Amino acid sequence: MNWGSAGEFFAMGGYAFYVWGSFGVTALFLLVEVVMVVHRKRTIVQRLGRRMRMQAEVKQ
Amino acid sequence: MAVRQINWFKFSSPATFYPLAGKLIPYFAVLAVVLTVIGLYLGFFVAPTDYKQGEGYRIIFIHVPAAWMSMFIYVVMAAYAGMGLVFNTRLSSLMATALAPTGALFTFLALWTGALWGKPMWGAWWVWDARLTSELILLFLYIGFMSLKAAIDDPRRAARASGLLAIIGVINVPIIYKSVEWWNTLHQGATIKSSGTSMETTMLTAMLMMSLAMWMYTIAVVLARVRCEILEAERDTEWVATELSKSP
Repeated sequence: MNWGSAGEFFAMGGYAFYVWGSFGVTALFLLVEVVMVVHRKRTIVQRLGRRMRMQAEVKQ
Repeated sequence: MAVRQINWFKFSSPATFYPLAGKLIPYFAVLAVVLTVIGLYLGFFVAPTDYKQGEGYRIIFIHVPAAWMSMFIYVVMAAYAGMGLVFNTRLSSLMATALAPTGALFTFLALWTGALWGKPMWGAWWVWDARLTSELILLFLYIGFMSLKAAIDDPRRAARASGLLAIIGVINVPIIYKSVEWWNTLHQGATIKSSGTSMETTMLTAMLMMSLAMWMYTIAVVLARVRCEILEAERDTEWVATELSKSP
């Protein structure tokens, strides 16, 4: 175990800004990418579904 | 003669690949989460403090895996683009398209974490060093690939032009990899060489776990994105209509 306390852990031996800036931004961007892909899939399914129903109405 | 026939092209059909990819995503996503937890635990609680760089070195646990991913993804992307050009298979070009944003993201993260590591250790966020510059060129190659693909309306021509760019750009990957040997750079040399490593075992294990986690993450996200690409490319087909009627 490297850390005596939680405070020591978050201080990262004085490198807190650099270490947490690296891990934080990485975590944030990866999460944002996941959300964007999930959202894109939902939008496409909705849009194509609407398009399909419209085409079906035109045929009628 | 009982030779087993495997139809390798079966899964290169978007209609077959779409549901297969959908089934695989949860497995890779779970693996990515589990490996990340293991990797972060090893990286922060097991790997010891570095005698030279103190706790600041812990950036390595995302910097190196992100940099590896940025190069691997490019090679895989170019391979798919090349397959698309040679065999004219639809799925290959879609895979290349789906890989590019994640590759660009990892390239950005390698540069970002590198800057945050460079500042306390070298005293500079950025230097025009061979390793850093070639990695920046990689980011521009990804952006160029995506912009070119988006700029051309006809999907076949778009795939051909961007595929060609991807293949030509591959030359940059060995340049990034070898830059620390070929040029006298500020960036440190390779930690892991064919002759072994200079790294402590727990540090190395943590780094490899984080790399595996990023691999699994990439596979999950790229499979999800290629499903979007497939739906858009095949929107006028019968199977997409059936697929859409399943999920309202």
